[in-house]
Amino acid sequence: MARNDFAIRAQGLEKRYGETRALRGLDLAAEEGTVLGVLGPNGAGKTTAVRILTTLIKPDAGHAEVAGLDVVRQGDELRARIGLAGQYAAVDEYLTGRENLVMFGKLYHLPGSVARRRADELLERFDLTEAASRPVKTYSGGMRRRLDLSASLVIAPPVLFLDEPTTGLDPRGRLEMWDVIGGLVADGTTVLLTTQYLEEADQLANNIVVIDHGHVIAQGTSDELKTQVGGERLEITLARGGNLNTALAALRPYSAGEPQIEAEHRHIVVPVVNGAQQLPAVVRDLDSAGIRLDDLALRRPTLDDVFLTLTGHAAEEKPTPDEPSTGRNSRQPARENEKVTA
Amino acid sequence: MNSAVNMKTSIADLRPTQHGRLYWTITDALTLAKRQLIQFQRIPEELVFATIQPIMFVLLFRYVFGGAINTHGVTYVNYLMAGIFVQTVAFGSVSTGIGLANDLQKGLIDRFRSLPMSKSAVLIGRTLADLVRNTFVVIVMLIVGLLVGFRPEGGPLGWLLALGILLLFTFAFSWIGATIALSVRSVEAAQSAGFIWLFPLTFASSAFVLVSTMPIWLQGFAEHQPVSVIINAVRGLTLGQNVASDVWQAIVWCLAILAVFVPLAVWTYIRRTAR
Ligand SMILES: Nc1ncnc2c1ncn2[C@@H]1O[C@H](COP(=O)(O)OP(=O)(O)O)[C@@H](O)[C@H]1O
Ligand SMILES: [Mg+2]
Repeated sequence: MARNDFAIRAQGLEKRYGETRALRGLDLAAEEGTVLGVLGPNGAGKTTAVRILTTLIKPDAGHAEVAGLDVVRQGDELRARIGLAGQYAAVDEYLTGRENLVMFGKLYHLPGSVARRRADELLERFDLTEAASRPVKTYSGGMRRRLDLSASLVIAPPVLFLDEPTTGLDPRGRLEMWDVIGGLVADGTTVLLTTQYLEEADQLANNIVVIDHGHVIAQGTSDELKTQVGGERLEITLARGGNLNTALAALRPYSAGEPQIEAEHRHIVVPVVNGAQQLPAVVRDLDSAGIRLDDLALRRPTLDDVFLTLTGHAAEEKPTPDEPSTGRNSRQPARENEKVTA
Repeated sequence: MNSAVNMKTSIADLRPTQHGRLYWTITDALTLAKRQLIQFQRIPEELVFATIQPIMFVLLFRYVFGGAINTHGVTYVNYLMAGIFVQTVAFGSVSTGIGLANDLQKGLIDRFRSLPMSKSAVLIGRTLADLVRNTFVVIVMLIVGLLVGFRPEGGPLGWLLALGILLLFTFAFSWIGATIALSVRSVEAAQSAGFIWLFPLTFASSAFVLVSTMPIWLQGFAEHQPVSVIINAVRGLTLGQNVASDVWQAIVWCLAILAVFVPLAVWTYIRRTAR
């Protein structure tokens, strides 16, 4: 097949595990030098897609090219052009950071002197010089991820795959990773990044593909997606004995769509625009209508909302049996919902 | 801006060097073996535990059971040590499996497979490193044996040959351990499945007692199964007996195991990891 401007192009990828159809006709494309964010809940098929594109497994059907090479037929050549940082930091615990990077350099078939020089450069770039001579066992989660990322950059690959690079990191570690990944993008590397966090895709990706049950359910820039998803919502919970109808009447002037009501929890969700500006007036009106609240919150679109809007079902969680358990939370909200308690 | 990908080392330097397939199989295997040798130094307690168990066996058989076991004209400790050496390195094959299962579980194997390196090097590197590890364990056991009265009379040539057979045997068994670990789904399963088949082989053997003292139905198996053959060869060589036929049989057994299990392990590896 002829070369084109796409660094990654996949068409109709299928992968089945027994009864589970991990991928059902997945299409992906990333232009050279861009970041493609693949967004989806646990079990959506993100890792399966990455494993196919990095030659680790073969698709049951479909076709994919990375860096102009067929992932099935030209796997050997392709492996010399890609970097992969998986969902779990895949580095040797007992080796030091430097020993790990030198080892990976040699396994990329760099001459020993180049592998050592490159290791030192990467350690410095990723702020690991001080820890370079310590076994990885002693590293924090964030340091491990940075080392893992450095390992995928040893040959400065033109195409880089990052499978959930920040899952399991604390907020500070996540911000550090974003910074680092942002730097790669500036270099012109093509990156495919998977994530469960809308915010992350928003921050890092030029284009976002939302996948669920192994196929694409939406794609576009983050602005395009947000428009599809809709805007902010105001969520209130009435105090015990509060009258739902009175509250609904008080909220009507502010609502930009059909309110959702959960009567048994005295819970109302109202779509709003410019929620932050409206909030004081909302509180005043509820107060003068004599409505007492247990809780009031203004929420921005989360991945859950994307799913609710796009699929009509919530982003459900499915356990992925084959993965090592790291005791992490499998799904966290994209950003802390800004919450104001009345 | 401090660029993450392109730094002082120019992209042109980061091109892989070109060599043939065999060159990379060996080089990659040595790179991975070196990784494990570093690990051994960083986790000395693992090696200590690997030697404590056989030391217990030596003490148990030498001082508890030994007095009751008749070994026709050979002191029991001289009889025993060949059995201990062989049993120890046979059990060493379990650690090959556990190590592989760990790498699979931690995702390291996936990373290796995403690199332009030789596939079989992952297995060759590990079995080679475990060979070094087991050599170390054998030397420790030899010293322990000498301390409890082991006085072998074989000449240096016999000793070298015995060591050679032991190492060939442990290398061969490592590939069995690898195959087992690659056929099961967890580290725990690799550990128990790796051990279980070794018990009948090492106990229903000439390791601790004369096979002729076993019930007839067991003797056929105990006399001819590979672990006994290896033990008889090692024992004869260390004690200076004429055991040419055992030596040949031992070498043939080891080569046969390698001929079957090297390709089988590689095949299982590819099948297991390609899912
Ligand atoms: N090796 C495997 N064996 C069986 N099922 C698998 C395997 N890998 C993935 N799956 C299943 O395929 C689906 C997609 O998984 P995965 O690609 O890991 O999703 P994600 O990375 O988006 O969380 C899940 O239902 C998962 O359980
Ligand atoms: Mg995944």
